[in-house]
Amino acid sequence: MKLNRRHFIGTGAAAAATLKAPAVLADGHGKPRVVVIGGGAGGATAARYLAKDSQGAVDVTLVEPSRTYFTCFFSNLYIGGFKDIDDLGHTYGTLAAKYGINVVHDWAVDVDRDAKTVSLAGGDTLAYDKLILSPGIDFVEGSVDGWSLAAQNAMPHSYKGGSQTELLRAQIEAMPEGGVFAMVAPPNPYRCPPGPYERISMVAHQLKARNPTAKILVADPKPKFSKQGLFEEGWANHYAGMIDVIGEDFGGGNVSVDPAAMTITIDGEETSVDVCNVIPAMKAGRIAEMAGVTDGNWAPVNAVDMSTKVDPDVYVLGDASQQGDMPKSGYSANSQAKVCANAVRGALTDSRVFPAKFSNTCWSLIDTDDGVKVGATYEATDEKIAKVDGFISSTGESADLRKATYEESEGWYAGITADMFS
Amino acid sequence: MKRWRLAAAVVAALHVGAASAETQLLGDPEIGEQLYIKCKSCHQVGAGAKDGIGPHLNGIFGRRAAAHEGFFYSKSMARAGADGLVWTAETLDAYLENPRALVSKTRMSFRGLKDPAERANIMAYLRAFSDNPADLPEAEPTARGTDHDLDPAILAIQGDPAYGEYLSSECLTCHQRDGSAEGIPSITRWPEEDFVIAMHAYKNKLRPHPVMQMMAGRLNNEEIAALAAYFKTLE
Ligand SMILES: Cc1cc2nc3c(=O)[nH]c(=O)nc-3n(C[C@H](O)[C@H](O)[C@H](O)COP(=O)(O)OP(=O)(O)OC[C@H]3O[C@@H](n4cnc5c(N)ncnc54)[C@H](O)[C@@H]3O)c2cc1C
Repeated sequence: MKLNRRHFIGTGAAAAATLKAPAVLADGHGKPRVVVIGGGAGGATAARYLAKDSQGAVDVTLVEPSRTYFTCFFSNLYIGGFKDIDDLGHTYGTLAAKYGINVVHDWAVDVDRDAKTVSLAGGDTLAYDKLILSPGIDFVEGSVDGWSLAAQNAMPHSYKGGSQTELLRAQIEAMPEGGVFAMVAPPNPYRCPPGPYERISMVAHQLKARNPTAKILVADPKPKFSKQGLFEEGWANHYAGMIDVIGEDFGGGNVSVDPAAMTITIDGEETSVDVCNVIPAMKAGRIAEMAGVTDGNWAPVNAVDMSTKVDPDVYVLGDASQQGDMPKSGYSANSQAKVCANAVRGALTDSRVFPAKFSNTCWSLIDTDDGVKVGATYEATDEKIAKVDGFISSTGESADLRKATYEESEGWYAGITADMFS
Repeated sequence: MKRWRLAAAVVAALHVGAASAETQLLGDPEIGEQLYIKCKSCHQVGAGAKDGIGPHLNGIFGRRAAAHEGFFYSKSMARAGADGLVWTAETLDAYLENPRALVSKTRMSFRGLKDPAERANIMAYLRAFSDNPADLPEAEPTARGTDHDLDPAILAIQGDPAYGEYLSSECLTCHQRDGSAEGIPSITRWPEEDFVIAMHAYKNKLRPHPVMQMMAGRLNNEEIAALAAYFKTLE
């Protein structure tokens, strides 16, 4: 990754919108300035709603190194062969052209909360009145014995979007007949609780079609996992005998890997594998730590507006935040972003601020037309974002309902990506 | 059935002049009336029919797409009309088979009817309402709007559209603003009353969908009214 150049995006109207970005502002500036770091589910939504709803009254800058955001959501469906990689890519042109957001393609490398400035890798400095961080996750070094980021090509995590996802699918396609796919599942908390298990389903779907004698071996440090009953039912129905999950009680947490030898050792037993998907323990994206708003691995926030516990002018959204009961998901990040945008706009202009309401639903695909979902609503209490009510698909549902659930997930994908980027 | 085909042929010869193509595509209007249950919660038809979630369908045959005055069509439908799409037995057949294949971002949240015979029957039923405006038959669907027992006081609440706009952001994670309906129905531009009735039906668990029961369940009467007021005006 090149870190030394600053890019502006787009042509025409998009370029015109970005050109009025003031890099460094003197005191006594006119419009209130919001800088958003990270153009993913949380950041793109927050920037879009702030710019759209304030109709030019707030100056919004979005800092994001990638020109194309590849969603992690639906990346398992790409692995399963249900989506193309292009279906997952989204660009920032409309955010600049339609809403006048200053989209800066660069990395934020430091935050000075006293001076209220953000430094970019390209050397520029952005001043802010309010700063919103939605940098997603980074991995905890050393959490899986034998694995480090340097080994991510031999043993991909595929837990950030784009090239890692493509790599894993290519490796699965290249597996020898009757080979072994291994996964090291992550400890809590991590992004997308059903994600690893939807991935296992999608890998099984691919292997069943092209390599039916292949096996899937999973080492899981947790005693139980999201939608477990639904996944286990689905695996028994569709992929009987293919998947072996070694849970906490059988030493699934006692794992090491050797990326050079392509082996995995679970509770003392070594196995040679053909593909090894290592999903390490997670923490808030590094910039949150550099901004000094984390406590341990995550950034504690106030539920009413997602402001950090340590600085009322700095907000953290999505996976990086420690907010209470919501799972780390794209849906949650999008939901939190709207509450935050409403509060930030209210603080900077005198627009009305409405009470915080949050919700989440996570759909997973088990096999063709076999979709399941889990969801809940949440409210802000003094202490945290607290769950109000929830539901989950049941085992034994009809094929029609499962198909409708899958089609609904496609509707959700179209909806949330439009809500972020269009 | 035979009788109808003959009548349709005469009608078509008189009005459209494309008798053979049309008669082949029309089925049994009585079966069509039963099947029309799938359509009638959004489309009224018959004497006194009014626009609802979708436009009324009197006079649909021979009309240009998106040409009915007073109904706010999706951009996609308006474009199709401007490009010359006219509703005939052939074009309606294609639209009913797969609405989004013909008009990609239509707000019509309908998966389509795979069975050609079912489409033919529905079209035969609709055909009767496209003939002479003076003697349009009465049809049951015009009675809708009263088939709920929601307190009139709840229906009378004036929603606050500004609050509705904020609350709507939660809906828009799944339901697209422009009303495109891919696996998740459009809620854009619904008449307020239909919106309020539907949301209370979810809240009271009369409608089955678990996500919607949960979402509606924690909205109070004013909040539902606010959402209805906002979505009604969405461009
Ligand atoms: C396999 C998988 C499947 C998933 N499936 C679903 C699903 O079905 N439904 C669902 O709701 N969620 C799903 N998720 C979870 C979802 O992807 C995340 O929860 C969501 O993306 C979190 O949003 P975010 O804004 O916190 O982070 P992200 O969306 O990851 O965005 C963070 C952005 O910040 C940028 N960034 C990071 N550091 C910096 C910096 N220093 N300067 C500038 N920019 C920076 C990154 O480039 C990135 O674009 C899935 C995740 C995975 C891995």
